[in-house]
Amino acid sequence: MSETIDMSETKELESMIGEEYKYGFSTDIEYEGFPKGLNEDIVRKISAIKEEPEWMTEFRVKAYHAWKEMEEPEWFNATYNSPEFDKIQYYSSPKDKPKKDSLDDVDPKIRETYEKLGIPLDEQKMLSGVAVDAVFDSVSIFTTFKEKLAEAGVIFCSISEAIQKYPELVKKYMGSVVPARDNFYSALNSAVFSDGSFCYVPKDTICPMELSTYFRINNMDSGQFERTLIICEDNSHVSYLEGCTAPMYDKNQLHAAVVELVAMENAEIKYSTIQNWYAGDEDGKGGIFNFVTKRGICKGDNSKISWTQLETGSAVTLKYPSVIMKGDNSVGEFFSVAVTNKRQQADTGTKMIHLGKNTKSTIISKGISAGNSNNSYRGAVKISKKAENARNYSQCDSMLIGQTCGAHTFPYIESANPTGKIEHEATTSRVGEDQIFYLQQRGLSEDDAISLIVNGFCKEVLKELPMEFAVEANKLLGIKLEGSVG
Amino acid sequence: MSLQKIITLRPILIDKLKNRTTVLEIKDLHVVVEGEGTEILKGVNLSIGKGEIHAIMGPNGSGKSTLSKVVAGHPEYEVTQGDILYNGESILEMDPDERAHAGIFLAFQYPVEVPGVTNSTLLRESYNTIAASRGREELDPLEFEDYIKDKLELVEMNPEFLNRSVNAGFSGGEKKRNEIFQMAVLRPQLSFLDETDSGLDIDALKVVSSGINQLHGSDDSVVLVTHYQRLLNYIEPDFVHVMINGVIAKSGGKELALKLEDQGYEWLNAYGTVNGEG
Repeated sequence: MSETIDMSETKELESMIGEEYKYGFSTDIEYEGFPKGLNEDIVRKISAIKEEPEWMTEFRVKAYHAWKEMEEPEWFNATYNSPEFDKIQYYSSPKDKPKKDSLDDVDPKIRETYEKLGIPLDEQKMLSGVAVDAVFDSVSIFTTFKEKLAEAGVIFCSISEAIQKYPELVKKYMGSVVPARDNFYSALNSAVFSDGSFCYVPKDTICPMELSTYFRINNMDSGQFERTLIICEDNSHVSYLEGCTAPMYDKNQLHAAVVELVAMENAEIKYSTIQNWYAGDEDGKGGIFNFVTKRGICKGDNSKISWTQLETGSAVTLKYPSVIMKGDNSVGEFFSVAVTNKRQQADTGTKMIHLGKNTKSTIISKGISAGNSNNSYRGAVKISKKAENARNYSQCDSMLIGQTCGAHTFPYIESANPTGKIEHEATTSRVGEDQIFYLQQRGLSEDDAISLIVNGFCKEVLKELPMEFAVEANKLLGIKLEGSVG
Repeated sequence: MSLQKIITLRPILIDKLKNRTTVLEIKDLHVVVEGEGTEILKGVNLSIGKGEIHAIMGPNGSGKSTLSKVVAGHPEYEVTQGDILYNGESILEMDPDERAHAGIFLAFQYPVEVPGVTNSTLLRESYNTIAASRGREELDPLEFEDYIKDKLELVEMNPEFLNRSVNAGFSGGEKKRNEIFQMAVLRPQLSFLDETDSGLDIDALKVVSSGINQLHGSDDSVVLVTHYQRLLNYIEPDFVHVMINGVIAKSGGKELALKLEDQGYEWLNAYGTVNGEG
């Protein structure tokens, strides 16, 4: 495509995008929490209220001190006022008793919240084949289908529960992929993480259902710091999906999660994200700061880790789900659709680190920018000295809707082994007036035309999402870019 | 153009004009590019009857492609004067998709690519949207597959086409063929075929022309917008109009096309600059 766009067209396209955020309601419930701000005492209190073992407390305290020494990073292609770390409430939980054995014990208001979000916690009503861990502000509220999973030997529970029940596993793996000191936000998370999901798939097991965590930020002053740890033993397979929403507050809220994946020999982990945090309003007021560290390690030979993300929300997104391919013949994949609209900023991509022989990575990134937003792909491919015959293929496509948005690509390539092969392709296109007119001439409405064009553009990535969520993803894309053309 | 004008041109046309039902009536149409001052259409008059085939010819920049786009509702153009009546009602306020629902079709001179969207997805969506708007039954994927089978044959298209992205990587000829295929599937009442013959080799031209001829019946009308007479060897028009410098300079029967072929457009210079500035 090579058509040019004039300003009148831009205006029209702009008015076509951006619908009200329909998850923007908040739930009125009582909280118990700690005073705002962070010090060692708060860190110890978080650990104490969760009745954690000594080693866990020490892990947190060490991370806290590391964090204090670190500088907030500023290398992103995004501008924002840095989070006021002393005004965040680092622990907040519904006053009601935190962990439930039966759904009947869950506060009806919270249950209602999840129903409204389209995530009923009642197993009867749920998508069959999907187990859900529901995280509300700082704590895991309820995990469904636990018994069914247990029959297969799969452990799926909140990380708090795992620390109590499976301390050896947690101790062994937590921080092994993303060390506390890895970066400013991972250090902060390691100090104050409140809850999150834990999954362990034993040897020779195909997890019988999709696992998912649904994150909801409700409290205006709280940050959300979850920790997710997934371990997949030899010859096992798991597919995991996370979804996220938050109310509309005109204040920025911080979400700084850490996700660690460990795949042993012949194991495969597929991790999908549908991120729809509140994005802020037209003027860029409010919205979530989505500063997340996600990394997986292909520890065993022939293992595979695949990240798929559909990033549509948040005021600012900074995340780079990465794969360390340590085992020989291991495979890393990153499939991403990042949509920015209004004043959203996204700086997202991946790091593929090739350590083992014959390792192979694929990166497919689709960025869609509209409104006054800014969308950057940042990706690194590193081939180490010992990684004989490593291969990477990267494809980064950007689509612009309108004249006032930006799309950028920052690829970093480093190869220390002459047998390595790295391919990078990039394209930029515009949704043009002519494209929309063509589809309208064939009877489609403006909204349907845009939706069809965008879905076509993202097709390669959307098809990577688990079936159960593909429909939701399609709808979400439609809503995000749908307009209110009168 | 006024009826009177046609009647004075050739007695044989009088028969054709008797008992005709007007489908499209363009009256004194003036058009500028949205946001710019330059007038592209400077008072076009044209009347299309049910079941008729019209050819609009003219040199580059005369405004004939613009006319097709304006009828289809392209947002780039603004109508400053005059009206377009379709089945007796003004369509100026209608969006392009509403005009499509009403039965107006435009085969594009430069069909647009839509990567990642298969031909069959678009076609079915298109067919069903139009069907729904007219209270006709929508088709599910299997029924639709059945329905389009013979349409594919009509333009000698490989069914494989259906699974390819809309126009992406198509040759020029394939794109044009695809437009006529869409016309066959959607069965419009009024079709503007904008330079459908350009970029076609002789074999493809024959296939496309034969498709158009087979599709055309007594209930629908076709407007061929073309630079060359060659297409008219295969599709016989009832009327030929010559557009020059934003107006219809001359109308007549098919012999007018032959005269143009023979003598070029220069003899019509009185109507303005033939190799017009647009």
